[in-house]
Amino acid sequence: MNKIVKMVLTLTLLGLISGLALSMVSNYTDPLIEQNERKALREAVFYVLQPTEDYEERTVDGKIIYESYDESGEPVGYAFTASGGGYQGTIELMVGAGTDLEEIKGIQILASEETPGLGGKIRGESFKSQFRGLEAGQGIGLVKSEEPERGEIQAITGATISSRAVVDIINKELNRVRDILPEGE
Amino acid sequence: MIREFVKGIWKENPVFVQVLGMCPTLAVTTSLINGLSMGLATTFVLVSSGLAISALRKLIPDQVRIASFMIIISSFVTVVKLLFEAHIPEISSQLGPYLPLIVTNCIILGRQEAFSSKQPIGKTLLDNLGMGVGFIFALVVLGSVRELFYQGTIGGAQVLGTWYKSMIIMVQPAGAFISLSLLVALFQRLSESE
Repeated sequence: MNKIVKMVLTLTLLGLISGLALSMVSNYTDPLIEQNERKALREAVFYVLQPTEDYEERTVDGKIIYESYDESGEPVGYAFTASGGGYQGTIELMVGAGTDLEEIKGIQILASEETPGLGGKIRGESFKSQFRGLEAGQGIGLVKSEEPERGEIQAITGATISSRAVVDIINKELNRVRDILPEGE
Repeated sequence: MIREFVKGIWKENPVFVQVLGMCPTLAVTTSLINGLSMGLATTFVLVSSGLAISALRKLIPDQVRIASFMIIISSFVTVVKLLFEAHIPEISSQLGPYLPLIVTNCIILGRQEAFSSKQPIGKTLLDNLGMGVGFIFALVVLGSVRELFYQGTIGGAQVLGTWYKSMIIMVQPAGAFISLSLLVALFQRLSESE
């Protein structure tokens, strides 16, 4: 009996101490972690919509849209997050589109678990820069080896699935944003 | 006393000799910096949980020792994970799920069961620190080798000229197995010739 009491007591005490200590640590780290996430999001908006001076955040139909302005207060475009399945795990993107939602201004990869060296190259500048000023009115197309034409981007060699995933995610989310953002705004 | 520390680095190196902790060893050593941060995080957990377990070794009943070790170890792992996310978010996202998975690293539970739970605090500190340094050493070597052959850099600094064509296999699982086995073989050779 004594033994059982001691076992229960030990585990209970250890659990209590551990819980207490962890809640103290998390009290300290939580605001920092939140700040990091907000900073990453902020940097992504500035990156995908150039030249952004400042932006406003608003929620339309449950979707957060970042509306950005340049130095003179002229609207640059809208940024929004989009995510979907990649070759491995989920790919999370920040997409910047022009005010007419017909042109992609830029994209940034917020999170991905694609194979390093292959699909991981979607994080590379040479892939992302293809989206700068890309015509997307008819949806973005993907080509493998031939030269990309207007509204098309070239897939990364050896990572067609990851490239296609990025394009599909953008096309899908862009359509959704077109639906929820009233035209001519 | 000093032998308790040194054995973990060479004679009983957790990776090259005991072949423990293979999951993080293979998975995160795609570059020097990843290997180093994984090694440091693991060492922190190893040493701090070792000290706690050694201090409590006479109070923890034998029947619930593994459960108690797991509470202690997983608490320290959570602390490391939160601190990484708060202070070095880039590295934390690079290491991904492998940071919380330190909980399952068998070097840690192995050391606690075989050493910390039976030895006084001083000896435990030296032993766990030695094993941690040995683990860091192995991960840094493996990370450097893989990074070098992947893109010709070590720790981000260009080592091989621009003529070097990147070897994608080195950052993939196959490259991890190939480099690890070659390093273990080399390590055996060096130990034998001593």
